[in-house]
Amino acid sequence: MKKLEEKIFKFLMIGSTALILSLLLYILYIILKKGLPSLSWEMISQIPSGGFYLGKEGGILNAIMGSLYLIFFSVLISLCISVPVVMYLNFTLRRKSKLAAIARLTFDVLFGIPSIVYGAFGFTLMIYFGLQASLLGGIIAISLLIIPVMIRSIDEVAILIPNELVEATKSLGATNYETIKVITRQLLPGISTAVLLSIGRGIGDAATVLFTAGYTDSIPSSLMQPTASLPLAIFFQLSSPIEEVQNRAYSAALVLTIIILILSFSARYFSRRLSKNKI
Amino acid sequence: MELLTEPLIKEQPKQTRSRKPGCDKPHIEVEKLNLYIQNNHILKNISLSIPDKSITCIIGPSGCGKTTLLRTFNRLHDDNVDVRITGKLFVDCEDIYAKDAEVTHIRKKMGLLAQRPCSLPMSIKDNVVYGPRLHGVRGKQKLHEIAYHQLSAVGLWDEVKDRLKTPASKLSIGQQQRLCLARGLAVEPDIILGDEATSALDPISSKTIEELFVSLKDKYTIVLVTHTLRQAKRIADYVAFMYMGELIEFGTADQVFNNPKHKLTQEYISGGFS
Repeated sequence: MKKLEEKIFKFLMIGSTALILSLLLYILYIILKKGLPSLSWEMISQIPSGGFYLGKEGGILNAIMGSLYLIFFSVLISLCISVPVVMYLNFTLRRKSKLAAIARLTFDVLFGIPSIVYGAFGFTLMIYFGLQASLLGGIIAISLLIIPVMIRSIDEVAILIPNELVEATKSLGATNYETIKVITRQLLPGISTAVLLSIGRGIGDAATVLFTAGYTDSIPSSLMQPTASLPLAIFFQLSSPIEEVQNRAYSAALVLTIIILILSFSARYFSRRLSKNKI
Repeated sequence: MELLTEPLIKEQPKQTRSRKPGCDKPHIEVEKLNLYIQNNHILKNISLSIPDKSITCIIGPSGCGKTTLLRTFNRLHDDNVDVRITGKLFVDCEDIYAKDAEVTHIRKKMGLLAQRPCSLPMSIKDNVVYGPRLHGVRGKQKLHEIAYHQLSAVGLWDEVKDRLKTPASKLSIGQQQRLCLARGLAVEPDIILGDEATSALDPISSKTIEELFVSLKDKYTIVLVTHTLRQAKRIADYVAFMYMGELIEFGTADQVFNNPKHKLTQEYISGGFS
């Protein structure tokens, strides 16, 4: 009986892992199969020309650059906000503080809010401030989207920091600010994981940028100009009736996947280097 | 055990380097100290004067307030808003709980050894020189000298001299505790506080740490909280016995262990309760 139980559980574990792995591999296979043939140097080095959406020359450089701009500035802004929030939650408030508990619950709720809601909220904000669809609008909306992700994932690591580390640092005569610097060192691997997760969520999201960043065929040269993004490039091309354009959507998806892969590997690399001194 | 047969009270030099002129009190003097956590009275009216340049062990059953008392010396309760402290605690004649007392300057006078060693997330050498760097010491050569001196002082230099740049977390737990001691000594304190500093260590490492304490006592005032009576018997010059938040008895190790005045002390050291 015990043996059977063990067998069933083993089967369940292996089965689930295999199922999810094969699904992911299948996604990759589809993207590669459909996207690779139309992926060319032209695709990633040029902006769309006149008849691009009818199957003529041009590429998606506008979307690639737009997405990179959007995610870079959003992650930067979110980091500047999230790290202090986590520090406050963990090292200024007490561990059992009610405010901290309420704040964490709020971040969890914000974490779960669909991205279209952030897009809509960003849109109302923009109307309020008289902004048009622009890089800035997109950055604000994506920042709103990824801040909860970032806070919660840094927080998970910060909770694990032993109080002894804080005390050891303070007992050497460190001020609060200097203590936070030491804690940040310990947090670095957690921060890089958080950045990775937020990039993943932010760069691939179409709904937040739909109304806030707009779409354009050129690469934005200022914060006030609208900008294209990869998820929307996929969306628009996929909805075209022309097959050639549809295939380009897959190659845009491939480009997006490759960007995320590169960013993931570099984040993992940095994370490993940064955690070298972790206690 | 040999220690008990030696004369325990030594001639105390009255003046030390960081002392304010005109201060003739010992480094640590506690005056009618009360500590409350929310509404619980944890430390009850404690007055205690800790003799300089000797080892004072605070003993007592679990939950008697030993660690809490030790942490008040360093103002480590500061971050806990539930804690309320009344009374006075003088470190070098300065009331550290006065409103204008500056906390980093007080903590700099004491090195703290926690129950479990907590190395900082940096290399072995950076751990040692973290304190001096914080307090403005610069220059590669100078910092290296500090690392050399302090690591030698705790007998760690030969073990780590070839890997000063490796992360401190790679050391064994006993080595880490000695590293923490070296790190504490590097800020040139007058006082060393130990909160059951050997309880997480294996017997050999604890013996090393105990021997270090004994060798350091002509330079530093050492206050140790200890759970093990045998340790207190081995290394203490003075013993403070606490029970239920009160200081029951304070005296030389010889007197407290061989001729306790209070019935509770007698019961505790004879193993009546723990």
